Amino acid sequence: MSNDIDSRLIRVLVEELDLEEEKLVPDANFEEDLDVDSLGVVELLMALEDEFGVEIPDEEAEQITTVGEAAALIHQKLS
Amino acid sequence: MRRAVISGWGRCVPPTVLSNADLEGMMDTSDEWITVRSGIKERRISHVEPSEMAAVAGSHALAAAGLGIEDIDLIILASCTSDSVVPATAAHVHRLLEAPVATAAFDLNANCSGFVYSLITASKMIESGMYSRVLVVAAERLSALIDFTDRSTAVLFGDAAGAVVLEPTEEEYGLLSGCMQMDSSALTYLEVTEDGLHRMPERHMEDAYGGIAMNGREVFRRAVVAMGDLSVRAVTAAGLDLDDVDLLIPHQANIRIIDATARRLKLPAHKVYTNIHAYGNTSAATIPVALTEALEQGYISPGSHVVFAAFGGGLTAAAAMMRWGERTEPLERSDAVLAPTERSLMELLDANFQVYGFPEKLK
Repeated sequence: MSNDIDSRLIRVLVEELDLEEEKLVPDANFEEDLDVDSLGVVELLMALEDEFGVEIPDEEAEQITTVGEAAALIHQKLS
Repeated sequence: MRRAVISGWGRCVPPTVLSNADLEGMMDTSDEWITVRSGIKERRISHVEPSEMAAVAGSHALAAAGLGIEDIDLIILASCTSDSVVPATAAHVHRLLEAPVATAAFDLNANCSGFVYSLITASKMIESGMYSRVLVVAAERLSALIDFTDRSTAVLFGDAAGAVVLEPTEEEYGLLSGCMQMDSSALTYLEVTEDGLHRMPERHMEDAYGGIAMNGREVFRRAVVAMGDLSVRAVTAAGLDLDDVDLLIPHQANIRIIDATARRLKLPAHKVYTNIHAYGNTSAATIPVALTEALEQGYISPGSHVVFAAFGGGLTAAAAMMRWGERTEPLERSDAVLAPTERSLMELLDANFQVYGFPEKLK
């Protein structure tokens, strides 16, 4: 199942934020490595909420800076 | 059933342009940075008070409806940048339009949602039978509140006015539904803490002036959710669904908020009207100005289902669903224009620099 979650996450990142799939390693920082600005991170989190049917409150959203952190949060929400 | 339909429309945009290139000369920014984050290329800077822009926009709306000011029962002036607190800006507009005593007038401040709040309020007063003809004008001089030392907000705002005339109809046209809300848990995310005009003596502090301050990230998310959810509520309340929407006219605050809202509503780009590149965020005035341009450009036909959606400081939000009437052309035209100005862009902005501080490249 976890692979399914990860692949959906990658698809959202590629489709919603126009990111290149090969750059989406766990340590990739959205703002520093992927050139996603602060509004882009908000757009991403909203897209993830829609895709996975979860709610990501602001306090949690502010902690997300890397692809791996986003993936971990989604896994935690769905477990 | 008695409903309120838009029978006239007009706008007033001041002539002085503030471009991204002008901003590049003032602060560490670039046309690309501004465009990517906001979609804005130019804004207008007013040399007159909001009431004067309101009167010009109102004159055009009255002519488009084929009415005179004496036909109007009520003027609602939507603004958060008033000429004066006492009297209300509506009084100045009433005077400039030479309205009779029997024409009521008041201000409605719901920040950037002010036009949609006013449209709903006016429509309900018409539906109730209390009034027949209402002039709703949104006029904003946000430039007076721009702090050019804050490059994150200084690029976003501009000045404009837009107006509509509402009249009763027994046909199946007009305002079908409207909803409004206020999320005051977010009130500190978009505010003008000390603008000089509204300060009370006990709050009087030297050098305490501040321009518009915003937490863009927090506002972004709430704006998209609120405009999306209220649009769905308005469409549903009208007994329709999103496929029936012919045109969404959203508040023009940021192209990315508009795009994210459209994605949430699964509306294709050709059903979403945008003109933010030309004017920036003019608060309550964005929607009526966009409406006039959408009509001129043929986006609206008789019977079109148009949704207006807005959010603003508070955080207020509102949406309204309108079935357009039979006419998309003005009945008459007004030649009203603003008095010209001799003052340059930099002369108009000098007061901002004096009050809020000079931007880094002009120090």
